[in-house]
Amino acid sequence: MRYLPKSPAERAAMLERIGVRSADELFHVIPDEYRLRRDLAIPRQMGESEIIEYFRGAAQQNGSGFASFLGAGCYRHYRPVIIDSIVQRGEFLTSYTPYQAEITQGTLQAIFEFQTMICELTGMDVANASMYDGSTGAAEAVMMAARITGRSHSVIAQTVHPEYREVMTTYAQHQGLPSTTVGYDAETGRANLDLLDASITEDTACVLVQSPNFFGVVEDVPAIAKIAHAKGALLIVSIAEAVSLGAVRPPVEADIVSLEAQSFGVAISYGGPFCGVIATKEKFIRQMPGRLAGQTLDADGNRGFVLTLATREQHIRREKATSNICTNQALVALMATVYLTVYGREGLRELAMQNLAKAEFARTTLAAQPGVRSLFDGSPHFNEFVLATEEPTAEMQARLLDQKILGGVDLSRWYPELGHATLWCATELNTRAQMEAAATAMAAREAVGA
Amino acid sequence: MATETMNPVGAPTPRNTTLGKVRTHPTQNEGLIFEKSSPGKRAVRLAPLDVPEVDAATLLGDALRVEAAPLPEVSEIEIIRHFTRLSTWNYAIDLGMYPLGSCTMKYNPRVNEFVSRLEGIAEAHPYQPETLAQGSLKVVRELEQCLMEITGMDAITMQPAAGAHGEFTGILLVRAYHESRGNARRKVIVPDSAHGTNPATAAICGYEVQNLKSNALGMVDVAELERIVDEDTAALMLTNPSTIGVFESEIHRIADVLHAKGALLYMDGANMNALVGKARPGDFGVDVMHLNLHKTFSTPHGGGGPGSGPVACKAILEPFLPTPVLARKADGTLGWNYDRPQSVGRVRAYYGNYGMFVRALAYILANGPDGLRQTTEDAVLNANYIRASLEDLYELPYKTASMHEVVFSDRRQATRGVKTGDIAKRIIDYGFHPFTVSFPLIVSGALMIEPTESESKEELDRFIEAMRAIAQEVEETPELVKNAPHSTRVSRLDEATAARKPVLRWRPTTNSGGA
Repeated sequence: MRYLPKSPAERAAMLERIGVRSADELFHVIPDEYRLRRDLAIPRQMGESEIIEYFRGAAQQNGSGFASFLGAGCYRHYRPVIIDSIVQRGEFLTSYTPYQAEITQGTLQAIFEFQTMICELTGMDVANASMYDGSTGAAEAVMMAARITGRSHSVIAQTVHPEYREVMTTYAQHQGLPSTTVGYDAETGRANLDLLDASITEDTACVLVQSPNFFGVVEDVPAIAKIAHAKGALLIVSIAEAVSLGAVRPPVEADIVSLEAQSFGVAISYGGPFCGVIATKEKFIRQMPGRLAGQTLDADGNRGFVLTLATREQHIRREKATSNICTNQALVALMATVYLTVYGREGLRELAMQNLAKAEFARTTLAAQPGVRSLFDGSPHFNEFVLATEEPTAEMQARLLDQKILGGVDLSRWYPELGHATLWCATELNTRAQMEAAATAMAAREAVGA
Repeated sequence: MATETMNPVGAPTPRNTTLGKVRTHPTQNEGLIFEKSSPGKRAVRLAPLDVPEVDAATLLGDALRVEAAPLPEVSEIEIIRHFTRLSTWNYAIDLGMYPLGSCTMKYNPRVNEFVSRLEGIAEAHPYQPETLAQGSLKVVRELEQCLMEITGMDAITMQPAAGAHGEFTGILLVRAYHESRGNARRKVIVPDSAHGTNPATAAICGYEVQNLKSNALGMVDVAELERIVDEDTAALMLTNPSTIGVFESEIHRIADVLHAKGALLYMDGANMNALVGKARPGDFGVDVMHLNLHKTFSTPHGGGGPGSGPVACKAILEPFLPTPVLARKADGTLGWNYDRPQSVGRVRAYYGNYGMFVRALAYILANGPDGLRQTTEDAVLNANYIRASLEDLYELPYKTASMHEVVFSDRRQATRGVKTGDIAKRIIDYGFHPFTVSFPLIVSGALMIEPTESESKEELDRFIEAMRAIAQEVEETPELVKNAPHSTRVSRLDEATAARKPVLRWRPTTNSGGA
């Protein structure tokens, strides 16, 4: 009970002032039959050293020392040390939503800087303080588009992260927001524009694409925007790999951008916490979900920051709010802000260029192995690509694992039509030696078979 | 005069008063990071490329970004100073009592942070083979079991990312349950004392919100509930203890009334820290509930997240849990089960805010059953101590016994023109974060105070002394309170202009002068 700052004598003095004999007496309002009269059946109290041992044991059970080519929405990028130095400052870590602006200017100014950086990266006018993650951000973006247009239908590309699509379905299903999924061109790996065009009706609120898409292919955002806008639908662009914005043209034609900022210095941590964010055009601010920090002046004319436009939010509007979101991902957004400050204008571009080069080398090296080819070759990629193998995926993966390599993600669960296909990711952290080792392991099939 | 000795700022303060602990000290002005930028400065050097360079224009074609995003160009020391200076403008639990009612601002143990950053934990990828994720899964399993035991529930999902997301998931379960019985039903009942997230959630799940007025005790009016519950009622969303910090002692009748009409009882677990180890919602009729790991289980609030909002439920709702659910396989290993035909679907990509699970489990392990129970008792003890020490000066609208928080109203102070928001601003001058202001809505001018178990008697006494001093100031020098705070680096901010002419990002041309 090392977190409890009271001695028995202090507890006794407090009970005396309250006028009860024991703390238990304070619980008399709970009907007796619902009182728990035993210890909870949970592990006993542990010392700090034991706790660390427990989690070290868990970490070891996961296996270590693997070269990883896994991406698919969670990207391994180097995290500068100062990110954790800053976010572990108690003033950031142990503060809460900045409702009291006079004593939370630190958090508020940092959010304002985050919003600004997201605008600069995406080409949008405004960005919010954060959403839970890219998947729920995409779902909220669709709901936002429905409010703006007064239409209810959405058109979603099949090249959007399959789990994002599942989340969008869950969100939309009880709000009368049906959606149509549009397939991709088997040659390019991009959303099929003819199908997309044909799927948009006069009730279509939005078209949602991901770029770079789930296959790592950059979508033709200007062309998709033209098609959507011609029929009065909004365009939502979802971005799962935020580092791509250092090299890939921002989706300026979009009406709403839903970004997952995990790549900006956030540990993968088995899938969360991450940091979604919604950015949009100025004219749509009032339909935006989530918190917003705004600049203002104090009574003495000094610049300061406050949470603003709260009349969109649940604590004011209750059932008429733009979203039910309350707690978001503020500390993770701070990680992203620090990361973007560290990399800066030139650093982010250089980093993105390295990712391009690494992925290109990995793709060409792996695709050169017998029985392996890369798909969607003619399209622009960022740091992911799809390989198709003659060999069943499980067999190839097993051979790679023997060499301590985590090969690409098996796509058969979501895209069975691609056959034995895997989604590979190479970032600045993947070395040439790892890529060559993976190539060697893939080529070893013949030798094993012989 | 009292106001002179008690005024912590401005007027000369004798060193022998306890409130003399509050002093102003210089903090450096710090502009926006963009204003420090200068071309050519940098804070990063990449490792040299070990593969051939590529021509980005060839690879990307029209998709190439031509103009680099104008991110700041600064050096590492400037970044450290910038964010460190900003941090000093924040109040935090680490600096002192943060009695923000309903938010449960308790101590965030540092070992939690340490273990969540262990390499094999922090770098695990959600798509790595389950055989290589057994450690991560073991943590989820252990936490799931602890939380089911603590709540008295049969099943759980860890997927929701925060409390409101948990509410959303919980109400989806309710809906799926009713749909499986042939009728989704039409309305969800929400008491007028509820958090704003409750009605917002019900609306997002396609339900009509029916408001339930509280009775004279600030509790659920069971007779009124009985009158409005019908075959069209899907559920009641109830916070227990309620937002006025009171246990709904007729909870069993409430559950019975709902169940008699086939409706379910959803519990908002925001106040579960008043019950852990003392009573279990599963034992008093709750069918489904969410927990806020960032409240009851000490994961950091981080300036507004990340949270984590697991949803625990009774067996009747288990088939509908979001996919995937964690299961033990025939070979004894843990794995994710995606074969869930009745599931409501996914509510988030991957498996939830895993890093928060690690922290919450570390907290549970540090406490054990005895520690968690003592924690709950101390939280309730602290709230009642504050109540007993302030109820002669501040109006207590509901005399019902308090649990983990106490809600006063500003009725007496309002007669002097001083509102709860003014008192909140004034307590800042005394070195505390304010309580929650103007919530719950059923109390006019509410002061919602939740000390949590993390406060020592010494800190509570300082807070009480400050609140008593402010009550006196309201009588003698109300303007002092109405113009507070006097000690912060910015004075009251113009929120009306911020909303009317929103400036939501920095632009080089609209830079409006130094901070």
